[in-house]
Amino acid sequence: MCLNPQGRQLDVDGVSRVQDLLRRLDILPGTVLVIRGDQLLTDDARLDASDEIELRSVVSGG
Amino acid sequence: MKCTRCKEPAEVKLRAHNSAFCRACFLFFFQRRVGRAIEHEKMFDRSSRILVAVSGGKDSLALWDVLASEGYQTVGFHLALGIGGYSQRSRERCESFAEKHGLELSVHALADEGLAIPEIVSATRRPACSACGTIKRHYFDAAALELGCDVIATGHNLDDEAARLLGNVLHWQTEYLARQKPVIQPRHEKFVRKVKPLYLTSEFETATYAFMKRIEYVVEECPNAIGASQLDYKAVLDRLENTSPGTKVGFVRDFVVRGSRAFEAPATERADTGGTCSGCGMPAFGTLCSFCSLRAEVDRKLALRTRPVSPAVTE
Repeated sequence: MCLNPQGRQLDVDGVSRVQDLLRRLDILPGTVLVIRGDQLLTDDARLDASDEIELRSVVSGG
Repeated sequence: MKCTRCKEPAEVKLRAHNSAFCRACFLFFFQRRVGRAIEHEKMFDRSSRILVAVSGGKDSLALWDVLASEGYQTVGFHLALGIGGYSQRSRERCESFAEKHGLELSVHALADEGLAIPEIVSATRRPACSACGTIKRHYFDAAALELGCDVIATGHNLDDEAARLLGNVLHWQTEYLARQKPVIQPRHEKFVRKVKPLYLTSEFETATYAFMKRIEYVVEECPNAIGASQLDYKAVLDRLENTSPGTKVGFVRDFVVRGSRAFEAPATERADTGGTCSGCGMPAFGTLCSFCSLRAEVDRKLALRTRPVSPAVTE
């Protein structure tokens, strides 16, 4: 399960690494924190089907 | 992926620096990078009393955290903008951060004087970000004077500066380009220097720092920022950065080192705020400073709305 930057819960199947997840959701690396529990994940980190991932936008401004 | 510094498993990858770091090494890297910007640009020193303008977002709270942990003398200043629940949550984040770390925080609420941002926008039809900028500049200057601070530090990060630079170049805003620097010197004795210690630190890095230090910050966007052109510029720069890591830092750093001086007016041509505002006593070009002009406009337009309508004459 994945929480996208808009706070929407998504089930994303068939992705084995963070970079695959970001590509699937059309999110550029470096524009979100990829959070699993209390840890941040790098692009090459492996994902498990049972993982709960939060994608938190880093963009601010106006 | 291994940490570039200690070879332990990495938690964050920074493509612009061709590096990856574990948590401890990232925090070391971040604090050293901010510290070097402060020293290189001679922003302030240990004897300075620093007004840190805190919004409740990741950048300003991360900046305050770094400065306080490095032993600088800081006073937080939060301007409560009166934008509904967003402003309420922002204020709470600042207050809880100050309380947790035993830091001095001064809060000024615009709603207390009838100047909440939605009221100003409704009365004047000005863009919210324009009114907000005018008001923030006034209160930051006034707070620094009142609280006896030598310098105002804001949380503007690399992405903010790159987006602003792109916007200023696209529209050839030469006056703004002349003043787009990490250190802005005061034009009047009542003003103090304004500095941006995070100007070479990306918002990915400040968000990472805030997460790792467990800083509770407002993640949501200001509702008035939706549709702001700065976000479009950031999106364009993100694409360039993805294709060519290091683009943003090169753009901003090289402009500061090599580009900005081309836009500076000779000292003899620089405008000086020689007058004093008859409304607030702060420096001004004319009889009223831009903040007091805005306040007068709000008062005038609200008075027109509330003026009783004359009864219609009937025959």
